[in-house]
Amino acid sequence: MTTKLMGTGVQRVEDQRLLRGHGRYADDVAVDASTLHCAVLRSPHAHARIVDIDVADVLDVDGVHAVWTYDDLTGPMAEPLPLLIPHPALTHGRTQYALAKDEVNYVGEAIAFVVADDRYVAEDAVGRIRVSYDLLPPVVGIEAARAADRLVHDDVPGNVGARMEQSTGDVEAALAASPRRLTLDLDVERSACMPLEGRGTVARWDPDIDRLQVWSSTQTATGVRAVVAVKLGLDLRQVDVITPDVGGGFGVKINHPWPEELLVPLAARTLGRTVKFTEDRREHFISSAHERGQVQHIEVGFDDDGRLLALDVMFWHDHGAYSPYGLIVPIITSTQLLGPYKPEVYRVVFESLYTNTVMVTPYRGAGRPQGCYAMERAMDAIAAELGKDRTEVRAANFIQPDEFPFEQGLVFQDGRELTYDSGDYPASLEKIKALIGWDDFPAYRAEMAAQGRRVGIGLACYVEGTGVGPYEGAHVHVETSGKVKVATGLTTQGQGHATVFAQLVADELGCRFEDVEVVTGDTRRMPYAVGTFASRAAVMSGSAIHLAARKAKQKALKIAAEALEASPDDLQIVDGVVSVKGSPGSAIDLGTVAVLSNPLRYAFDEASKAATQFTVGDASKPPVAEDEEPGLEGTDFYSPERSTFASGMHAVIVETDPLTAEITVLKYAVVHDCGKLINPTIVEGQIHGGVAQGVGGALYERMVYDESGQLLNASFMDFLMPYVTEVPDGIDIDHLETPSPLNPLGIKGAGEAGVIPSAAVFASAIEDAEGLTSTGLAITAMPISPSDLFHLRLAHAEETS
Amino acid sequence: MKPAPFDYVRPGSLDDALAALSGDPGAKVLAGGQSLVPLLSMRLAAPSTLVDINGLPGLDSVEVTDDGVRVGALARHADVLAHDEAARVQPLLRLALSHVAHATIRNRGTTVGSIVHADAAAEMPVVLRLLGGSVDVAGPGGARTVPADELYVGPLESSLAHDEIATSAFFPALAPGARVAFAEIARRHGDYALVGAAALVDGDTVRVGFVSVNDVPTVVDLTGVATEDLGDAALAQLDPTDDIHATAAYRAQLVRVLTARVVREATTDE
Repeated sequence: MTTKLMGTGVQRVEDQRLLRGHGRYADDVAVDASTLHCAVLRSPHAHARIVDIDVADVLDVDGVHAVWTYDDLTGPMAEPLPLLIPHPALTHGRTQYALAKDEVNYVGEAIAFVVADDRYVAEDAVGRIRVSYDLLPPVVGIEAARAADRLVHDDVPGNVGARMEQSTGDVEAALAASPRRLTLDLDVERSACMPLEGRGTVARWDPDIDRLQVWSSTQTATGVRAVVAVKLGLDLRQVDVITPDVGGGFGVKINHPWPEELLVPLAARTLGRTVKFTEDRREHFISSAHERGQVQHIEVGFDDDGRLLALDVMFWHDHGAYSPYGLIVPIITSTQLLGPYKPEVYRVVFESLYTNTVMVTPYRGAGRPQGCYAMERAMDAIAAELGKDRTEVRAANFIQPDEFPFEQGLVFQDGRELTYDSGDYPASLEKIKALIGWDDFPAYRAEMAAQGRRVGIGLACYVEGTGVGPYEGAHVHVETSGKVKVATGLTTQGQGHATVFAQLVADELGCRFEDVEVVTGDTRRMPYAVGTFASRAAVMSGSAIHLAARKAKQKALKIAAEALEASPDDLQIVDGVVSVKGSPGSAIDLGTVAVLSNPLRYAFDEASKAATQFTVGDASKPPVAEDEEPGLEGTDFYSPERSTFASGMHAVIVETDPLTAEITVLKYAVVHDCGKLINPTIVEGQIHGGVAQGVGGALYERMVYDESGQLLNASFMDFLMPYVTEVPDGIDIDHLETPSPLNPLGIKGAGEAGVIPSAAVFASAIEDAEGLTSTGLAITAMPISPSDLFHLRLAHAEETS
Repeated sequence: MKPAPFDYVRPGSLDDALAALSGDPGAKVLAGGQSLVPLLSMRLAAPSTLVDINGLPGLDSVEVTDDGVRVGALARHADVLAHDEAARVQPLLRLALSHVAHATIRNRGTTVGSIVHADAAAEMPVVLRLLGGSVDVAGPGGARTVPADELYVGPLESSLAHDEIATSAFFPALAPGARVAFAEIARRHGDYALVGAAALVDGDTVRVGFVSVNDVPTVVDLTGVATEDLGDAALAQLDPTDDIHATAAYRAQLVRVLTARVVREATTDE
């Protein structure tokens, strides 16, 4: 038997190509001089009525091919962009137009679109468009949105896009009956995905085949395809969307269509030229999407052991100017807040509020970091109140291993019951305590204190619903060369899909790993797909690929059995060769089986000649039997009844400088349970990346809007993404594997986990280092900078003096 | 993020470069480009002509004598940083340059360019002032030497005329027995400092230069100030302000901490 690849850290097949600069991103497509380039005039104001747009000066600019404003759009293009995920609670959903109609609602909103010979000319032209505005008072920040003395949208009272409530019982009674109660008011600021490659779209209309080809840097090729067809009035079959290499998504590229994602194809069709839009960094800051910003109010009732008797949460979610992605982020916050715990009664209410800022759509973690922050801050507060160890209070509230499947009594983001499928939280806690050295920490703290150094330890736990439906599909095709071509429709942004999916195919089909080639995100190869988000690729496409490979294998065995005159049950497929178990001489290559599977009339190569030595089929029946298809292929789809719930715990030891308030990470540890691991190296890479992004969110990154709605730090100089020098130097990782019962491989998602507990774990550790807990929670706002920590110390000193 | 149209000339002699500058009041000198090119790309600057001086001969040298270090206008930060003789004659150069941005930026950016860009958040202008250095300038009327104390006239503004080119900067050697120290705190490795401080202690004289505190490169004389009062004495002559990365109060705290730190380092052997 060959060794199974599932569970082994196979080296990524993508790395040679990507690291050597051979990746091919949207901007690398159609680089010839005939390609036209675009630039967009974006609103310089956060809130204004457009009085007049004068493009007269632009039309004579040499090299300009088109200048469009809203008035140039017709039919479906003149309608608002789609509200992708409606929800009954989203009573006031609003989306922007591809080009602003009458009003702009954030700095960066697209107003006019220029197509020119190159981007330089296009930007020159944009600079010559004259717009006159009537300025309106902007609504910036959650406080201003709640106050509602100004409205973002005239027809959205109170700036409330949605109000949603879920509860598992009478929380007010439960609070009243609780022997102990605490109230917390928390704040999380905005950040953003910040993929190194921004948005980008290239389109080419081919009149010879009456067909549009679109390359987009997206997390959903099928979604972009459908919306481009609808908006341009084309048949779906006239549109191909191809996802080239994507230089990071982290959520922002699941939102679609972006205005440019429609305007570029429209320009290609209208002008009969290849047209390209490559977003620059400033545009990405002010005209893609942000996330995270929430204000939270938590009331918690508990007993002397710290057991949660009542949890009542109200939060206000900053939705930005529009709500194209519905309520996914706040719904996830409201449900995933519970983490591994089981409060006796839980109620959560949120309001999703409009502000005159860049819109909010999912960013890695998608609302979970905020939920985890709320819950874990509450756990820390309870521990402080009771004078108990923080791990003890958490352990007292864990769902136990024998309680799965566990019903939380809520409805999750996918509209299904929030039911945890499997997990072992007490085991995770033991592992993380060992990994970080929790029990030895007091001695370490004392040792450091003797040197005048302040250190603190923090811990945070999370549960992540992964692998949401509705489905993904896969197509596995064994060519006559023996090479195995695999296609799945969701897209890849660097995760290593070509590696892990090939592992699954090699294992199930029995071919060689090196013979498998995986294509993702190309609607020509797999037109039915959803997309890459919600840590779903491994679970959804992995399962579909596994099932499709099984179908191809069954077909191969059936054909080979006939050829080898054996029973399929007696056959094995190892390294691409089908043989009779125990009789290695009786064998046939998968490639030859592929030849046999397709009763061609012509022998055009060695493979087809070789195939002629075998007799397959009954001469009295049609060459392709009634229920069969020619070709050695398998197609299958995987559609789970609900999400599968991964979990994990992070712990960190930090040092804070008593004088400068600088914060240094001394040790970072992660215990992670994503069910059965396909490739531990890749999972660890996901964790490393997540932790790096989490460090950014907790200690460095914020979107600094001034009161007029200008984003003051829209560059990599002032938006402080951590460099490698700011990321923990080494992350200790331990895995736990509680298989999911929901899919054939027992796997759960791993893509977002690394970023979820960051704000919570750093707040806990910094607070611990500072010893500021005597008057309740010291840290209630994240991220925290040295300047913030310095002022926290001043405030605390004032309070206690 | 594409520059507005501009003319580009790459003169082969200093005279040609000066002529190009004086021929166009909207012309700008391009040396390392590490500050200018981003400004162009963001269209925050739109010069009508770029006079690229990278083709001028003889400006890329780092000359070291017992008197000090003369850095040519085309010497890169990395050249000066790597120059052992320069570090021996004036150790503050290497101490400060290691804090200038990142290696890739130091490979291209020029020390003289940074000095005449006059950014109070940059290290080398303060170093030049602290050491009492100077800049040699060529102009239509001939050459002149501008002492560092006369170089900085306002935020991002030097006393060089539009049609002048800084050809070199001179950093005096460290006097026998004198000592220097440098420290800064930035949000991320290689970022502009929240606060930086450079100390020069020579006999009884104690002077400290500050990065990112005032809006021009500023040096404070702390001679005779008691150790515990150093920070407050410095702050009496400084005006830290708020920005999106730090409050004025936090900057003041860093001034106190770093002043004490660099003076201690330049006066004791710990």
